[in-house]
Amino acid sequence: MNGVHDMGGMQDMGPVQAEKNEPVFHEPWEGRVFALNQALGAWRKWNIDASRHQRELIPPAEYLRMSYYEKWLTALMELLVNRELVTRAELESGRPEAGSPKATPPVTAETVPALLAQGKPVRRDVPVAARFKAGQHVRARNINPTGHTRLPRYARGKAGTVERDHGVFVFPDTNAHFLGEKPQHLYSVRFAARELWGKEASARDAVYVNLWDDHLEPA
Amino acid sequence: MKTSRRDFIANAGAAAPAMHDLAHAQESEHEHDHQVVPSDPALRVKSLESLLVEKGLVDPAALDALIDTYEHKIGPRNGARVVARAWVDPAYKKRLLADAEHAITELGFGGQQGEHMIVLENTPKVHNLVVCTLCSCYPWPLLGLPPVWYKSAGYRSRAVIDPRGVLREFGLELPQDVELRVHDSTAELRYLVLPERPAGSEKLNEEELTALVTRDAMIGVANVASPKPGGGA
Repeated sequence: MNGVHDMGGMQDMGPVQAEKNEPVFHEPWEGRVFALNQALGAWRKWNIDASRHQRELIPPAEYLRMSYYEKWLTALMELLVNRELVTRAELESGRPEAGSPKATPPVTAETVPALLAQGKPVRRDVPVAARFKAGQHVRARNINPTGHTRLPRYARGKAGTVERDHGVFVFPDTNAHFLGEKPQHLYSVRFAARELWGKEASARDAVYVNLWDDHLEPA
Repeated sequence: MKTSRRDFIANAGAAAPAMHDLAHAQESEHEHDHQVVPSDPALRVKSLESLLVEKGLVDPAALDALIDTYEHKIGPRNGARVVARAWVDPAYKKRLLADAEHAITELGFGGQQGEHMIVLENTPKVHNLVVCTLCSCYPWPLLGLPPVWYKSAGYRSRAVIDPRGVLREFGLELPQDVELRVHDSTAELRYLVLPERPAGSEKLNEEELTALVTRDAMIGVANVASPKPGGGA
């Protein structure tokens, strides 16, 4: 989706302002939202790509206005309803509907360390042939899907070089929509800064983007 | 996802009245029921958490443990330990650059948001900078949760088109003969920059070196400064 989240290359978003001695969470509720996202992910009703896409669906003016954890909260509430962990009515009333079953949380304080240590690896040990190899010239496809994609707009249609084949990974563009993992090779592709931004850019500099087989074509 | 943007707007709006009700109810107890209370995220989160706990979907003690972990146990010191080890142990550095995942596991780090790792080596001729233009991907096990500026629109947008300008705002003027490589974290592959070991640090031990390494240097928006004379690390 050509949304406002796809920000690479925009120039009017203001200065980068670093905060000295920044706390991990600025307000206690931010920590709760962070932790809720982690704990609820353990229900495996969605995946990381689906939750990213849910945040991308926040309307652009809201997306830019909201703080980071407000976006997380908004998307989490939508996921909870869409994936049927709670109903819209429950979200509105703040109380379980009469007769709704009581579940057992999949994560407890005791299992948090194991949950975090395990993570959610997305490298897949399946025999999928690589379409490209290191050193090969490629072009990022000029695609404009209306759903989730990890191919940023600024790289589309641009020529680059495969620097490294990372192996077989889950493909977020389908996984975000629960259309399967479609595992395929993931590459680091080097795009010269001048290819992306024109002659004004430094001749030495480059942007490396991780792209999958489905994002690339031979140049 | 099947939710259209129109649905999303309608749905997002639908949740607001409940939040007002909750706030309203609380205000009523204090005889301020004439006031219109804005939908405060703190109240919305409180309402959501109590619903989820009541439904047995989350354990509040697990939430406490998750917050405690990222506030107190996981942070940039982990990444600094990896960097310092690479500086003092050439064999480790070689393993780290060839297979970061396993080399980082040797020091006991890994897991959530650091399942797959790449370490990028800065040299006198190459400087690496990490960004996530599409969201906020960041190597949690090594650096903790990202600072606000890393997640900001300003950084995400300009780090790819004007990286030297962004570095200048961080006080780093990169010489023109240094190649700048910007890495956009578009996949589940997290990056850690291995900064150059600063001049004057030759006599420091691994622990002292660890104390020199900053979060910003491991993102690539800074270099590691030389130790202060006489002050150690």
